[in-house]
Amino acid sequence: MTKTPPPVLELCNVQISLPKGADRPYALEGLDLTIEAGEIVCLVGESGSGKSLCAGAIMGLLPEPHVRVTGGAIRFMGEELRGKTDAEMRKLRGADISMIFQEPMTALNPQKTVGWQIDEVLRLHTKMSKAERKVRAIEMLERVHIPDPASAYNAHPHQISGGQRQRVMIAMSLVLSPKLIIADEPTTALDVTTQLQILKLIRELQEEEGAGVLFITHDFGVVAEIADKVAVLCRGELVESGTTDAVLNHPQHPYTRALIGAVPALTPPPIKAASDAPVVLKGTGLKKTFAARGGLLSGKRKAVTAVKDLTFELRQGETLGVVGESGSGKTTVSRIVTRLLECDQGSVELDGTDLLAATPRELRALRQHIQMVFQDPMASLNPRKRVVDLIAQGPIVHGADPAKAREDAKRLLELVELSPAAANRFPHEFSGGQRQRIGIARALAMEPKVIVADEPVSALDVSVQAQVLKLLADLRDRLNLSLLFVTHDLRVAAQLCDRIIVMQKGEIVEHGLTAEVFANPQHPYTQNLLSSIPGRDWTPPSLQTDAA
Amino acid sequence: MTLADTEIAPPEPPRYVMFWRRYKRNRAALLGLVLFALVVLMALSAGIIDPGDPLRRAGEPLTPPFVNWETPLGTDQLGRDVLSGVFYGARISLLIGVVATLVAIVIGVVIGALAGYFGGWVDDVLMRITEAFQTIPNFVLLLTLVAIMGSKIEWITVAIGIVSWTAPARMVRAEFMSLRHREFVDAARNLGVSNTSIIFREILPNAMPPIVVYASVIMALSILMESALAFLALGDPNYASWGNMIGQGRAVLRSAPYCAVIPGIAIILTVLSFSLLGEGLNDALNPRQKK
Amino acid sequence: MTLHMPPILSYALRRLVQAIPVVILIMIGTFLLLKLAPGDTVDALVGDMGGADAAFIARLRAEYGLDQPVWVQLWRYMVKLASFDFGWSFVYEQPVSTVLMERLGTTLMLMASSLSIAFVAGIVLGAIAARRAYSATDNLISVLGLVFYATPSFFLSLMLMLVFSVKLGWLPVGGIKTIAAFYTGWDHVWDVVRHLIMPTAALSLIYLAFYLRLMRASVMEVADLDYVRTARAKGAREGRLMTHHIMRNALLPVVTLLGLQFSTVLGGSIVVETIFTLPGLGQLAYQSVVQRDMNTLMGIIFLCAIIVVVVNFLTDLLYARLDSRIELA
Repeated sequence: MTKTPPPVLELCNVQISLPKGADRPYALEGLDLTIEAGEIVCLVGESGSGKSLCAGAIMGLLPEPHVRVTGGAIRFMGEELRGKTDAEMRKLRGADISMIFQEPMTALNPQKTVGWQIDEVLRLHTKMSKAERKVRAIEMLERVHIPDPASAYNAHPHQISGGQRQRVMIAMSLVLSPKLIIADEPTTALDVTTQLQILKLIRELQEEEGAGVLFITHDFGVVAEIADKVAVLCRGELVESGTTDAVLNHPQHPYTRALIGAVPALTPPPIKAASDAPVVLKGTGLKKTFAARGGLLSGKRKAVTAVKDLTFELRQGETLGVVGESGSGKTTVSRIVTRLLECDQGSVELDGTDLLAATPRELRALRQHIQMVFQDPMASLNPRKRVVDLIAQGPIVHGADPAKAREDAKRLLELVELSPAAANRFPHEFSGGQRQRIGIARALAMEPKVIVADEPVSALDVSVQAQVLKLLADLRDRLNLSLLFVTHDLRVAAQLCDRIIVMQKGEIVEHGLTAEVFANPQHPYTQNLLSSIPGRDWTPPSLQTDAA
Repeated sequence: MTLADTEIAPPEPPRYVMFWRRYKRNRAALLGLVLFALVVLMALSAGIIDPGDPLRRAGEPLTPPFVNWETPLGTDQLGRDVLSGVFYGARISLLIGVVATLVAIVIGVVIGALAGYFGGWVDDVLMRITEAFQTIPNFVLLLTLVAIMGSKIEWITVAIGIVSWTAPARMVRAEFMSLRHREFVDAARNLGVSNTSIIFREILPNAMPPIVVYASVIMALSILMESALAFLALGDPNYASWGNMIGQGRAVLRSAPYCAVIPGIAIILTVLSFSLLGEGLNDALNPRQKK
Repeated sequence: MTLHMPPILSYALRRLVQAIPVVILIMIGTFLLLKLAPGDTVDALVGDMGGADAAFIARLRAEYGLDQPVWVQLWRYMVKLASFDFGWSFVYEQPVSTVLMERLGTTLMLMASSLSIAFVAGIVLGAIAARRAYSATDNLISVLGLVFYATPSFFLSLMLMLVFSVKLGWLPVGGIKTIAAFYTGWDHVWDVVRHLIMPTAALSLIYLAFYLRLMRASVMEVADLDYVRTARAKGAREGRLMTHHIMRNALLPVVTLLGLQFSTVLGGSIVVETIFTLPGLGQLAYQSVVQRDMNTLMGIIFLCAIIVVVVNFLTDLLYARLDSRIELA
């Protein structure tokens, strides 16, 4: 197979070994992948699929000797990269092959200015003079559409926003017009509107430069947005590859089908009959300002208004979605409503009783009616407690007989589809989705009227996410629960919520039935938000999956 | 679906088995454990090796080591048996090390936990007090306390604890500050768990690993402080102490250096064993740091 | 708002203001210690005079304000401390402040030399060990570090003395200068340096080990951070990573402890100064304890605390310079 010109990147049968004691002997096994100039190839997989190690292998930056390439060929512009010396690889890195990382905050040196860090690439690879380098760097900052490039040049990373940091990262990788760009989940840490801008930017620059892009992601929406070709990894094995259209709309392999089947469609559920159920939770005029903390002597900081004048109603058996980007105050809402955070003004009525006016003693009694499911399944379970104790803790605190509470806990485990054998284990022995199920069981143990769920699936892989969402919906219907569901993910909101509230900078900009808001958004912010959903034009095919 | 989420992984071995597996991976830590066992053995068997008072005259003064088997490591200028002094000294060192460390850790945990958990003015007040304590050189403060209250061994032990609590307090505070914002703490509050229960049952067990590791450091420092006090002849004169033996040995440094060298080596090995023990505990309790 | 003040100055000012409650607490602390101590100034005075009748003692008490309520005494004491008036030393028959000032220079010299050697050597060795983690070099450095860390400074002092003074005769056994030699100029400097070599070594090794271990851990942690990976992906070589990316961030936790460490080193100087008969504050502290000279002892505590506060303040400024994330304004 000799072509003219050679592809930018050609991986043949690449194998990467893992150290002893890992869950499998090889991180990647027999990976074949070709990237032509001017092409964006998405490498898709869930966490642990080996997709990031693939990037490390190409760059020659694997954590050797524990993890190393043990077989196959990695050809860049027709040239074998395996066996190149460190010095030879250094010449390529940053100049001909460059990389964009996931987390722009940690990927930039906090102590150096943006300009210095872009300048470093030029200093390492060119003989340009100082003045020339500065001109080039500022030019590059302009190309990634950073407002006021000259002052951004002198800024430190912590002084600019997350989206701008990622732009800086892109400027840094593209300043020498590399032939291959490896982007490792470059938009995962960003808000949805920023994400779309960055995706567009990558596309735009890549077309200008005619570079090949290896784009690593877990998100099929992003794939639909940007990819020319797709390769799907499952536990180190390539299970499917082809053009974007072929893979997204006509997936063949069961794994790909399962993954795509798990992507929540953007079509909201049919509108239920207008609810006349009683209101169980009602927030009125809620306001929260984070004051400048610190004693008398520390420096003054600006007060931040997280939530201003929030009013909402949640009816029995209903799911109300609170949607917004980071900084919109949606997480603060979940903490105020449960009074984990003291509010400045307003009231939260739970079945007619004001939670915010309750004395500490009353509050403790009231708490059993409003429970929470948290975002981080790792952090929300005390790592030193057994599962049974975690679930039984609430009832025991509220005076239940400990032996009975533990028995109930085992039944609850079954309710969330876990084996009762899980009862005596510790949280770290479970996967993320399983831990989230335990979290749900803990909330249910109190037999609450309302469950507040704060981004309960955002830390989970898509396939697991779908299962946990389904469980939540099932339980809600069976137990007639009322759900306040906080999320940044509009796809998830579309799946689960009857009504949604859209928040921006602490204020509700729009609220209404989910279907209506999605079909016909009124506020410009909502419109922007909805039109930024990656892959919004792609409707996942309805697939017959063999389970679920 | 290929990936059912509800299957549970096979169970892990019990915690102590995992602990030991991780601990023994560090060979230096194993050496530390052996040294530590040796010191404990010396402390326990002191009464068997030499049932008498270690401060009595046991033989001809300044007998060099390996000459007379009655006094295998020789005698000092007053004819006291060096071997017996080293064994009884282990007792005092360990005793003071353990008790002073407990005192320091208890004060440190209480202050650090309150400051870290409640924050705000509680934190401000407690941290200013901690800073003030930390600002006074701890050995100077120790000397002052001993000057005021006298050289009784109980008091010395407590005084060492009193001058050592600031570092653990700061550490516990930092741990609490990071832990109190974890979601599991919110989860407990949301269940209606009281503040006291949250501090002691939810957060403290999670803050324990670094505290345990740090305790080994305080133990080492306490032993060093006690020996320095004894070296300056400010220790309790009624007990054999390594520091005191070195202090006495100073007078005969030219003619009989072994009088100072032997207890000196005992101190070094003991302190070393605590440092190594601490590293092993760190490896075993903070598995994320393994490479 | 401080409009015309450069940010570093207003930051410094704020730090200084924050030190005030600490200094006040220390004043209260020393006062409490004085009260705890058996006997007061008048007892000492009377003891010095060889006894006096009850009426005279009562008059003396009134004169010294000891008949006043405790908080009045505390207030007066604090005012005196604030003007560096520590009272009279009945042992030295001089104002305590005069005694302290005579000794301060020697101690500062010893501390400066010990800490700078410990700091520089510690971070260099720590960085080397971290970059060759788990190699023979690392093992050697780490073992040496552990042994230094476990060696009490008084024992080290004796061993140094035994080898370099007694056996080899290269260095003087004690004092700060050769008595009755009356060196001048560079000879004098050299003489002082020779006297300081062993005390410095004895005092610095344990801290050297401390910084070494801290630095090694810190470098290894920073080397694992994402942005170091970024720099590697840019094509930077390992040496450059160390000098341009790792070093500055790795130094931050070490610098934080520099200020706190100063206080411990001051404590350590007691033993070393006593052994090498250096006429400094440490030796004075020991003698005051032995002679129950409480006024002098409290003076030392307060002076040391002030030195530590100042050093802490300076390291804070250094830290703010090193860490660009700190907003000075």
